[in-house]
Amino acid sequence: MKKIIVWLLLLSLCLALTGCHGSRETAAFAVPENFDFSRNYEITFWAKNDTNKTQTAIYEKAIADFEALYPNIRVNLRLYTDYSRIYNDVITNIATSTTPNVCITYPDHIATYLTGSGVMVPLDDLFTDIKYGLGGSEVRFDSPSPGEIVPAFLEECKIGSDYYAIPYMRSTEALYINRTYVEKLGYTLPDVLTWDFVWEVSDAAAAKDENGIYPVNGQKVMIPFIYKSTDNMMIQMLRQRGADYSTSAGEVRIFNDTTREILKTVRDHVAAGAFSTFKISSYPGNFLNAGQCIFAVDSTAGATWMGSRAPHMDIAADQVVDFDLAVRPIPQFDPSSPRMISQGPSVCIFNKADPQEVLASWLFAQYLLTNDVQIAYSQTEGYLPVTLKAQRSPEYVDYLSRKGEDNDMYYSVKIDAAEILLNNTGNTFVTPVFNGSASLRDAAGQLIEETAKAVRRKKTVDDAFIDGVFSQVASLYRLDQIGENAGRPAASGEDMGPLPSTAVFLLAALAVAWVLIALVFLRNALKQRKTA
Amino acid sequence: MKKFFALFLAVMMLSAVALAEAPAVMTHEEFVAADLETEVTVVTYVQAKQGWWDNKGTIYTQAEDGAYFLYNMPLTQEEYDLLVPGTKICVKGYKAEWSGEVEIIDIEKFEILEAEPFFPEALDITALLGTEELIAHQNELVSVKGAVVTAKKDANGNDAAFLYNWDGSGAAGNNNDLYFDVTVNGNVYSFTVESYLCGEDTDVYQAVTKLNVGDVIDIEGFLYWYNGAQPHVIAVKAAE
Repeated sequence: MKKIIVWLLLLSLCLALTGCHGSRETAAFAVPENFDFSRNYEITFWAKNDTNKTQTAIYEKAIADFEALYPNIRVNLRLYTDYSRIYNDVITNIATSTTPNVCITYPDHIATYLTGSGVMVPLDDLFTDIKYGLGGSEVRFDSPSPGEIVPAFLEECKIGSDYYAIPYMRSTEALYINRTYVEKLGYTLPDVLTWDFVWEVSDAAAAKDENGIYPVNGQKVMIPFIYKSTDNMMIQMLRQRGADYSTSAGEVRIFNDTTREILKTVRDHVAAGAFSTFKISSYPGNFLNAGQCIFAVDSTAGATWMGSRAPHMDIAADQVVDFDLAVRPIPQFDPSSPRMISQGPSVCIFNKADPQEVLASWLFAQYLLTNDVQIAYSQTEGYLPVTLKAQRSPEYVDYLSRKGEDNDMYYSVKIDAAEILLNNTGNTFVTPVFNGSASLRDAAGQLIEETAKAVRRKKTVDDAFIDGVFSQVASLYRLDQIGENAGRPAASGEDMGPLPSTAVFLLAALAVAWVLIALVFLRNALKQRKTA
Repeated sequence: MKKFFALFLAVMMLSAVALAEAPAVMTHEEFVAADLETEVTVVTYVQAKQGWWDNKGTIYTQAEDGAYFLYNMPLTQEEYDLLVPGTKICVKGYKAEWSGEVEIIDIEKFEILEAEPFFPEALDITALLGTEELIAHQNELVSVKGAVVTAKKDANGNDAAFLYNWDGSGAAGNNNDLYFDVTVNGNVYSFTVESYLCGEDTDVYQAVTKLNVGDVIDIEGFLYWYNGAQPHVIAVKAAE
């Protein structure tokens, strides 16, 4: 009998331990009534820069200035140069409950973080807290009010019914154009280019002479049109065409006839030698600056790398060609109704057991919205400040007005790029955010990459091929596992639906084990009483 | 006799089918001559690895006749762990070029082969730096002797023996790549400690962070290419 009890106890222990496996859940955060200045806090900030020393210096200055205002908060900076590495490290650290306090992120990534219950801090209550919220009475710096954050950018940080981030910087994509070559080919550059225009000029530029030289640049290398982010290319083309991508609930709808049509267009222009991608060929800016590309689509946050006189250069000086560079919005299907993606870093806050530590994190995150930080960081690239307070400040207006004064702070291409977003904020969009939306984004780009590579490898790209790519990409990115409930974060206390069958079995086994133990004890007790 | 003949024919047919399906292994010379975007199959030996990430590994390999850079080879963590330096492998993928680096990508298949491990001697390229012959040794294990550490400008415009990231935008503790310049034969060349290959906890990373301008060093690394030669350094020591 004793053996049975031992076995049952062991079983119970095992089941109990199984139940403990995984990350511990932190209690839901509630805004403390007062910030406790009598204690010291050490918070970690995982940030991303564009391998740009000025951005690093701005982060460091922001931390120093913030620490001067809040001497009891110490901020430790960890710098990344790649969003995907931050994403991966956060996921790893969720499992061990060692997430950073404050983290630069994309809403797509937050959707994944939210699958861990209590991991993220919903920010709604913090936004509106009278003392410590945006523009709060007890905040020790000039914080923007909620109405002073660009509404469209703030809305991008809402996942489900709650805000889980604040925007930090915003960018879009721009079309960087070698105007000299466009005109040499006999074309005049319109204010907004159509896809047809870009394809036509690119096809014309792809013609070689009998010696393998491209007449337009007199070189042996010319890739007329290079797209940096093919994810964005597919997403924006679909949106401009009014075609499906996904529903807000996470239903994948990218495998449609418009996508098929786009891939056939890509096929034709790759075959003509007119189009390539960053993944296949390298940075569009390098080819543009070497006179080997006419249309380069890249982020407005990459503007300082574009042009013969760009402040940043990745190729040898003797390879740079002098040309007139024009900056335009990305190509459109309907120039009268331009559509372009809104992108750029946001800031999220991870939940901790100590609400005071979370409040310290929030104060620092909020500090990143001050004019000092917003304006300085936006000037490092073609970024746009996310607050109207910064955008309308005399300092920022003066910055824009001095476009072209030099090739550094006032580099015209950089300010042109920022102005594209400034003038088109109402024409921007973002894709629905749900658990799996990051994978769908990757899949969108992969469709173009696979098509382009297949053409270069002399494969037949027809409907059968595209069917195969649809299936391959769906499988590779596990799009079939993105369910109808993908858009719903695991908020604390929310009904999570029926338990998985394994969990039901384990819980039932645990209950049975305890019942059996109780019965055995009862029986023994009765026996002892009888004996007595 | 008929049965024997039929059996013989069957064996021959099966062999023919097997041979037709087996990829033709290329020599390095044939690999170099192959067009970009063509399917290639090579037999080579693992020399070093960048970290396993997202079910992929990037691997520096070299055979007796030349070197191959395998970019983002799909493999499991267990397979990655088996690819210790010296391991002989057969790889089938596509030849590609990215910013001058010729590599094998979209690897469809790789197989570990039973063989004695192979470790090449580092080729001394000191005299080849800056010459057109250098590219013939792309991706090989190479060495440079008697290089003089030359100042770079850090984020604040000060002289520095090395930088975290190409422009000094990184910092200690972030596992950033290291960049340092050396003067050889009167010309300045850039070298990189690629942090995915040799991270902060490695001897070479530590050694480079202790360099001073003017130090005379011997360097060993893989002859990676990014818009020109950009060796990925794996060892640095005071010049002999």
